[in-house]
Amino acid sequence: MVPLSWYIILSALTFSIGVFGFLARRNLIIVFLSIELMLNSVNISLIAFSHYLQSMRGQMLVFFIITVAAAEAAIGLAILIAFYKNNPTIKVDEINLLKG
Amino acid sequence: MSMPQVFFAYFAVTMVTLSVLVVTRRNPVHSVLWMLILFVHIAGLYLFLNAEFLAAVQIIIYAGAILVLFLFVIMLLNLRKEETEKRFQKQWPFSVVAGIVFAIFLVLIVKNIAVLAPLGPYTAETMKSEGHMMTVGTVLYTEFLLPFEIASLVLLVAIIGAVVLAKKRIE
Amino acid sequence: MLKYTLIPLLPLLSFIINILFGRNFIKDKAHWLAVPAVFGSFVLAVSAFMDVQSGNVININIYNWIVSGNFNVTIGFLIDQLTAIMLIVVTSISTLIFIYSIGYMHGDSGYYRFFSYLSLFVFSMLILVMSNNFLLLYFGWEAVGLCSYFLIGFWFHKKSAADAGKKAFIVNRFGDFGFGLGVILVFLTFGSLEYLQVFGKANSVIGQTINIFGYNLDLITVICLLLFCGAIGKSAQMPLHVWLPDAMEGPTPVSALIHAATMVTAGVFMVARCNPLFSLSHTAMNTVAVVGGITAIFAATIGLVQNDIKRVIAYSTVSQLGYMFLALGVGAYSAGIFHLYTHAYFKALLFLGSGSVIHALHDEQNMQKMGGLKKHMPITYWVFILATLSITGIPGFAGFFSKDEILYRAYLGGEVGKGLWMLATVAALLTAFYSWRLIFLTFHGKFRGPHEQEHHLHESPKVITVPLMLLAVGAVAAGWVGIPPLLMEHGDKIGEFLAPVLGHPHGEGSHSEEMMVMGMSVLVALAGWYIAYKMYVRNPELPQKVGAKFKPVYNLLYNKYYIDELYNRIFVQPTLKFSDKVILGFFDKSIIEGVVNGVPNLIGVFSSKFRKIQTGLLSNYGLVMAAGALAIIGYMLFLR
Repeated sequence: MVPLSWYIILSALTFSIGVFGFLARRNLIIVFLSIELMLNSVNISLIAFSHYLQSMRGQMLVFFIITVAAAEAAIGLAILIAFYKNNPTIKVDEINLLKG
Repeated sequence: MSMPQVFFAYFAVTMVTLSVLVVTRRNPVHSVLWMLILFVHIAGLYLFLNAEFLAAVQIIIYAGAILVLFLFVIMLLNLRKEETEKRFQKQWPFSVVAGIVFAIFLVLIVKNIAVLAPLGPYTAETMKSEGHMMTVGTVLYTEFLLPFEIASLVLLVAIIGAVVLAKKRIE
Repeated sequence: MLKYTLIPLLPLLSFIINILFGRNFIKDKAHWLAVPAVFGSFVLAVSAFMDVQSGNVININIYNWIVSGNFNVTIGFLIDQLTAIMLIVVTSISTLIFIYSIGYMHGDSGYYRFFSYLSLFVFSMLILVMSNNFLLLYFGWEAVGLCSYFLIGFWFHKKSAADAGKKAFIVNRFGDFGFGLGVILVFLTFGSLEYLQVFGKANSVIGQTINIFGYNLDLITVICLLLFCGAIGKSAQMPLHVWLPDAMEGPTPVSALIHAATMVTAGVFMVARCNPLFSLSHTAMNTVAVVGGITAIFAATIGLVQNDIKRVIAYSTVSQLGYMFLALGVGAYSAGIFHLYTHAYFKALLFLGSGSVIHALHDEQNMQKMGGLKKHMPITYWVFILATLSITGIPGFAGFFSKDEILYRAYLGGEVGKGLWMLATVAALLTAFYSWRLIFLTFHGKFRGPHEQEHHLHESPKVITVPLMLLAVGAVAAGWVGIPPLLMEHGDKIGEFLAPVLGHPHGEGSHSEEMMVMGMSVLVALAGWYIAYKMYVRNPELPQKVGAKFKPVYNLLYNKYYIDELYNRIFVQPTLKFSDKVILGFFDKSIIEGVVNGVPNLIGVFSSKFRKIQTGLLSNYGLVMAAGALAIIGYMLFLR
């Protein structure tokens, strides 16, 4: 039997790697991928909780997270394309239109 | 170490490795392909956790739809020269620190987590006897009917929004 | 209830629709809505009058306006005998003047604006007379002042008109300030603003005093004098009369409606409405009477020598208002209201008649350039004659009955009253003189204007003459409801009608005294006509000779006793200097601008430093966010 804490630790590690990717990478597409990675690591822990609590709530929550993630990816990538048409770069550290 | 634990160890090691590969590859296409393998492993992990339906969804939506969308976008953008440039921003050491501190904190939380009674009725056995799809469907269309409908609205908005945003030409 | 609410609401509706849609849609059809609306008010007012006549006093609350602790004000109407008469006067004259304006204002670029302001004015005036509490009265009081400002400055591109509007508004401010204080003091004293409650408690405050700047003054006298301040301003009494002659810069229908028949009589109405308070203060009553009497003769003397046809009538209005206050001051409230009622008709007629003349002469107002209009404008001439017979007090005409009543009541009013009676009789002589002078200069003799203009002279169109003729009927017949008992038993119907609100005037004189007063007033009326006839028809050179002989007096009168110049020197110039040097030069430039510019400068200095934080880079923000999340998790983990 695998203890719950293992799943949580696995989830925490992948989440941290996602955080690192989000904060460190220059490529906007990989920043997006990092966000997906973080979402998935959260999904893992939710499903693990759901299993160990013998409840369906966690699974339902994951279902909705996947829905929202799909919507978010579609919109985010559409924004990215619209932005790229206007300003041909996807490097995060070159995008500072809101600089004060 | 029992058999499930061995399997879990394999999954855990592979997933962490894959995650690191995803966030470090220079070419975004490579990242997306490593991500694909990672998602397949996550789906496998879901099967361990008695979530067959979500495992299927994970493969179909994440691997099948979202990642393909990513690949499309990468092809739409001309990213040849990206491959020769620096991968990380100037703040990358801070990002490493942030990631590590996150990991430490989250692992420290684990000791505060405990599964307390009462437990719900959905054990592996009941689900198996009733059929997993049946169980998920019953819960989704009764208890979670309203969020389910709202989710459809969210998706509709996303469809229209994506079309409007991508269509618009800025001179 | 709806019926009474509709009386002021119809003109308000006309105002709203005309002001919103007038510019682009209604344009020169503004009267299509305004005239039926005000006529509808008139019909409802007549019906309300009938209700009151059959013995009902209507006191309804429509809406709780202000509820704050023990300060309660409602929007409510009190329709008693006094209000009923005012309603008839306001709505009937408004209807005729609205119809007249269709012809008079025809083709003006602000046609819709004119009718919307006029409708707003009628609404405000109706609120003023119908309100059942002091605050709503004050609302109406200020609203008519605002409309007056709009309409005096109606032709605002003309500087004199814009200035006259401002002058009227600012001069009224002096009076209204006192009036506002009076209303506040009424609330502090009686704990309510509703007429019936205040008047019911009036007797309980007799003898109470109020300490103002260390002087103990009789409370009720202070209240009455403060309220009377408002009346002085609004009804153009000495020393705040200066705005009314200048207000003649407005279109003539405005002069007729607002500055002769209705708004300026608001002060008279208000004092009559507050008669339970005024009756308790001997000092206040005497002040009212003396101010009225002095204004009556003072304005009449100025009217003798003015050459602007509308200004003559304006001074005559001031003088007649003085009569009304004289009547109120000697306790003959119903005589004052009676004169208000007859005066409204004949004075509106005089103004509209002069408007007809001005219209025919293409905006010429100087009487010295008129003359001989009798044969060109017969209808205008004859209605003018009727109005003049009425104002000078020829027996049988409206003005005779009301003026005679006032003079008789003044005569009975003790020592002060006797003196004022003499003043008023002299004023009547002067009134007769300048009224006939106006007629002779305008309609008799030869035309003195430019020669080519003479061929274009013509009678005004029907839309102007028909209201004139209807008003002429009023100017003749309006007085027949108040025939003194001496001439006809139970002839004083209006006095009887008003008695429940205004009471009976005290003091009874013998028949011979009454005959004497009446005889005197007829005598001076005829004497005024005779002198004017002598001077302006028989010997047209005589006025010049007289003017030359009494040069200083003539100049003094011609320049209106130099009161405008005096006010200019005492109030206007120092205010301008003070504002320029102290307020603009010091306060505005150093303090206000210092603060106004200093604060943004300070913010600018800080923000130029702080804005560096905002890099615009997504990852920087993400890092800070991560740090924040870590701080929260760390706190939850270790420190809690």
